[in-house]
Amino acid sequence: MVQFLSPDGTYGVPAEYAEYGKIIADLKEEDFLKFYRHMSRMRRFDNEATALQRQGQLGLWVPAVGQEAAQIGSGHAVGKNDHIFPSYREHGVAITHDIDLMAVLKMLRGVNHGGWSPDETRFHLYAIVLGTQVIHATGYAMGVTFDGKVGTGFAERDEAVITYFGDGATAEGDISESFLFAAINKAPLVFFCQNNQWAISSSVETQTTVPLYQRGAGFGVPGIRIDGNDVLASYAVTKKHMDDARNGGGPFMIEALTYRIGAHTTSDDPTKYRSQEEVDYWTARDPIARLEKFLRRQGINDSFFEKCAEENEIMAGEIRAQTFALQAPPIENMFQHVYAESHPLIEEQAAWLKGYESSFGAEASTEGGAA
Amino acid sequence: MPNTVEMTIVKAINAGIRKAMADNDKVLVFGEDVAALGGVFRVTEGILAEFGPKRIFNSPIAEAGIIGTGIGLAMRGYRPVAEIQFDGFIFPAFNQITTQLAKMHNRSEGATKMPMVIRVPYGGGIGAIEHHSESPEAYFAHTPGLRVISPSNPNDAYWMIQQAIASEDPVLFFEPKRRYWQKGPVDLENPPAGMHQATVLRQGNDVTIAAYGPMVATALQAAEIGATEGRSIEVIDMRSMAPIDFATILESVKKTGRLIVTHEANTNVSVSSEVAARVAELAFYHLEAPVLRVGGFDVPYPAAKLEEKFLPDADRLLEAVDRSLGY
Repeated sequence: MVQFLSPDGTYGVPAEYAEYGKIIADLKEEDFLKFYRHMSRMRRFDNEATALQRQGQLGLWVPAVGQEAAQIGSGHAVGKNDHIFPSYREHGVAITHDIDLMAVLKMLRGVNHGGWSPDETRFHLYAIVLGTQVIHATGYAMGVTFDGKVGTGFAERDEAVITYFGDGATAEGDISESFLFAAINKAPLVFFCQNNQWAISSSVETQTTVPLYQRGAGFGVPGIRIDGNDVLASYAVTKKHMDDARNGGGPFMIEALTYRIGAHTTSDDPTKYRSQEEVDYWTARDPIARLEKFLRRQGINDSFFEKCAEENEIMAGEIRAQTFALQAPPIENMFQHVYAESHPLIEEQAAWLKGYESSFGAEASTEGGAA
Repeated sequence: MPNTVEMTIVKAINAGIRKAMADNDKVLVFGEDVAALGGVFRVTEGILAEFGPKRIFNSPIAEAGIIGTGIGLAMRGYRPVAEIQFDGFIFPAFNQITTQLAKMHNRSEGATKMPMVIRVPYGGGIGAIEHHSESPEAYFAHTPGLRVISPSNPNDAYWMIQQAIASEDPVLFFEPKRRYWQKGPVDLENPPAGMHQATVLRQGNDVTIAAYGPMVATALQAAEIGATEGRSIEVIDMRSMAPIDFATILESVKKTGRLIVTHEANTNVSVSSEVAARVAELAFYHLEAPVLRVGGFDVPYPAAKLEEKFLPDADRLLEAVDRSLGY
């Protein structure tokens, strides 16, 4: 398992991982500080979203507490031409790519089903059906190859793709088929599996009998396991294999061993299926506390951490205010974009509902239901 | 008709795909055995030689992967034309088609278009083993976001495949496999109609038969026989199962007052069920008789020795004509 920061924040590069260590050696202080800033922002955002759900402001929340290192490290390793295909828990990866976090909250409040532009952000829409995004990423990466944007030797031109999924999703056939299609097409794709060890109430032993990083090997996709709570391992290993993919090295799998400290979603009760001892064990391996210890040893002092906390409080307040301000969408949104081209049935039904609503007179509203 | 050539449905689809590929280099063709072999029905024969392996290639035998990678390629700006080798093999891809392909444009609020065509040889009558004779169109016609069409003759096959490839929405293109070798004229210059437009193939005054795909030839045959018995039967080729061109059907029903809808698919909760319901809603006072449905029975597609009794034929259509006229 690749690890550069031990749980107590001690930094070291084992000889066998020297190649990855070189990538860390290239990082500057501002990069480490950015990692911390984004990890702490991700956690504050997550806690705020949970609070908003508890107060009835979101229909559901999908927490990612504990997975900050896996997401922020790998997210920052994605190049500026690369594309990202997330599942539905990649709020941290979204932060690394400047996605408006309100776009995520809109979904969870029930305003829309996604709605940001994947072409502009290169961060594709959240996928709710497990594993579906992985085969889309594979097709997209095949398209990158077909476009001749792999291994040209021009870093500005080449592209790679990364896709995120969890330990539970690995059981889906779509992911096995993805390994195959990626391998035979030598697609520039990194499979990034966050093994947070729980798929709702099912432990990872329900999904596999061999370590997940070995899953792709039989298909021709080699893999490696990293300490998913070590942001430096996550960054360096992802960076190396995204670079390799961009240079024509073909697909690769990274299993980030981490832990879902919170529930699967706010509808879940993890006390029913796992022990407090287990949660305590992983809480002691918290990725943010680990990075903080490391940074303090590097001479980063209170003022930085206090400033981060202040910025996060401002962000949380803004998120809160913006969530309260979110309006229900107009009723006609339901009929929009079902098809790209005109469709008589949709148009007929939209017109009917409009007429029906207006039959109630002034009380009727086209502004939708309760906000 | 200038520049009209005689060809089979197989050749017409082939010619239509080639035309689309020549017009737009983003059109990619893939599926099981489509490249060197040209597909098990030879619909894509010769395309590899003409366009090379970057434009047409064999996929692994993994239908979810074929459609799933097609979605990714469409996101990348390609226009995938994927073949599902047989009707009964589409179900491993059902999730990708219904939860992803159909919904991506809606989910992205219009940001991501899905201009993908899924070609499916469908229907029975070829003496095949299980899963090679099915008509699964209703599953897809039921799913918002998809378009579902089926040509019945070479001219439509040539044009409708091109219209499907040009569509910005995903299209399920059902090919009537037992009619693949049916010959007919193809007008290479003038498209016959939009791909969702029904056409009246034979005028009549007593009863309307609405059919699509492989059943159109059967309906025309029934009308021919009916004429010798003094029945004036109008035949409509629906051509599109989603959306359905109700205007053409209603216009005919207002004239004849009687409607029979036919397809090979199981009749229960089928395309004909929808036509019957909508015609009852929209033309109740024009009807002289209830809308009758003549389809496959609601059983798994039977073993080949029994398919002749499963598939509606001209006699079963004429029996329904008699029943309709008896009201």
